[in-house]
Amino acid sequence: MRAPDVATTRRDLVTGTAATAAMMAAPSASEARAPAQAAAAPRAAAAALAKVSFRVNGEACRLELDTRTTLLDALREHLRLTGTKKGCDHGQCGACTVLVDGRRINACLTLAVMHEGDTITTIEGLGSPDRLHPLQAAFVRHDGYQCGYCTPGQICSSAAMLDEIRAGIPSHASADLTATPQVTAEEIRERMSGNICRCGAYSNIVDAITEVAERQA
Amino acid sequence: MKPFTYERAASPAEAAAAARRHPDARFIAGGTNLLDLMKLEIETPSHLIDVNGLALDRIEATPDGGLRIGALVRNTDLAADPRIRRDYALLSRALLAGASGQLRNKATTAGNLLQRTRCPYFYDGNMACNKRQPGAGCAALGGVTRQLAVIGHSEACIATNPSDMAVALRALDAVVETVAADGSTRAIPVAEFHRLPGDTPQHETALQPGELITGVTLPPPVGGRQIYRKVRDRASYAFALVSVGAVVQPDGTARVALGGVAARPWRVEAAEPELARGARAAIDAILDGARPTQDNAFKVTLAARTLQAVLAEARS
Ligand SMILES: Cc1cc2nc3c(=O)[nH]c(=O)nc-3n(C[C@H](O)[C@H](O)[C@H](O)COP(=O)(O)OP(=O)(O)OC[C@H]3O[C@@H](n4cnc5c(N)ncnc54)[C@H](O)[C@@H]3O)c2cc1C
Ligand code: SF4
Ligand code: FES
Ligand code: FES
Repeated sequence: MRAPDVATTRRDLVTGTAATAAMMAAPSASEARAPAQAAAAPRAAAAALAKVSFRVNGEACRLELDTRTTLLDALREHLRLTGTKKGCDHGQCGACTVLVDGRRINACLTLAVMHEGDTITTIEGLGSPDRLHPLQAAFVRHDGYQCGYCTPGQICSSAAMLDEIRAGIPSHASADLTATPQVTAEEIRERMSGNICRCGAYSNIVDAITEVAERQA
Repeated sequence: MKPFTYERAASPAEAAAAARRHPDARFIAGGTNLLDLMKLEIETPSHLIDVNGLALDRIEATPDGGLRIGALVRNTDLAADPRIRRDYALLSRALLAGASGQLRNKATTAGNLLQRTRCPYFYDGNMACNKRQPGAGCAALGGVTRQLAVIGHSEACIATNPSDMAVALRALDAVVETVAADGSTRAIPVAEFHRLPGDTPQHETALQPGELITGVTLPPPVGGRQIYRKVRDRASYAFALVSVGAVVQPDGTARVALGGVAARPWRVEAAEPELARGARAAIDAILDGARPTQDNAFKVTLAARTLQAVLAEARS
């Protein structure tokens, strides 16, 4: 690792550290392994590499990855799309929520190599600072966060969640299974339960989503 | 995670052949349980066979008026299917009570049936666990057993099966269809699919190594009020402490399956006539022979009260 100097930004530091960690855990073809390192840590079985191509935020990507690489790590460590966050890495928090072919999933519990040909949208593809997605703008307006760590996952999740309601998919909160589901606070809370906010910004998150849902209705 | 090689299978025959070539392989569907366990090195396959290209993602009518659910139908799509919502509401309700929107979008019918226990000691590699390492002992027995089984367990293992979907499938008399590594097919009633631990808690289901689930069939609709009531530590996104899946007919007869109490969805057909004498009598019969621990004795009372609430809802 290079020595941090005063001019190094926090983001550079974080990226550098993460890249080093990723290299040790998952060496890829392009990341040369130092012989000393390989000798120091003998491995029972060698890492296997596999190729995969998919589209991320409209751009075609071709990667050769250690098969163990999750979609989350491919996005963050290999494509440097760090908007998608890693909270628990076990499907328990929703910070890693991205859209795959329009559906929300946890990027931490899926392998990158399983996404051949898929279309992936991350928070960076949903909107940009000068062209915010309506949900991004509403989260800002309603203060739908404190630290912001869960926010990219909350926003990707809520975008797909509103589509799920529009598609007529029922939820645990739907009183009548055969009726068309409505956008109510109760429905939003239940459908967003896969996104944990450690700061507890839930009520403002529900307000932000409700506002967008009402405008879209 | 341990290194593994990876291949995509394009047909059940190809998947079966791959399983024959790699005895140490696992099929991967949604990956939401398998990858979680691989990260913890509780599962350590050296090869993964991706079955997502198998075209087993449809729900089709069967000649006898039931439905065949492909092994790869996602939990979200199964819960939202109009035929399931109308005729097998119990199944929709059970699915919607499980996991989160994101997870249900990935989780498959077969993967859900095969998800492994949430016993906290199974998840902790520092603890003795007969499921992870046969013969190692069971740290849960004598440990914190609040979430664990009250019936059907053994001296070797006291874990529960965590699937909500399986509880509904048990009450609905569903049948699991498979193809073995040698290409032969068979049908296994859900009632016989999950095994009780006995001396071999590492063997959790009736499946043979390399056997692939191709689908699950539902018999023709049975009508009735279909209710799934799940009691858990928080209102959403948590596993059941106890759950009750019931199909209650207008004459008061009912099928009842319980979740959260055993290594398989717990249904005792012979005890169901006891429902005529009320929820407590029915639970006493269904859980006859239960051996709860001090920590989880509350589950017996909770099951009776939950069943009572379900029966009241069915009458309303
Ligand atoms: C945070 C969290 C909360 C959850 N909460 C709940 C809950 O409340 N209720 C609940 O019921 N579940 C819950 N789950 C579990 C979830 O339902 C399962 O992870 C999911 O159903 C597994 O399906 P999958 O397709 O992802 O399986 P995978 O992870 O792909 O596979 C699971 C197992 O099935 C095998 N397999 C997959 N397909 C086949 C096939 N066709 N033939 C043979 N073998 C196959 C795999 O080899 C593997 O051993 C939760 C999970 C998480 C992470
Ligand atoms: S109860 Fe079963 S799964 Fe849990 S530690 Fe004991 S043997 Fe392992
Ligand atoms: S990082 Fe994926 S759910 Fe927490
Ligand atoms: S804003 Fe901090 S975790 Fe949600």
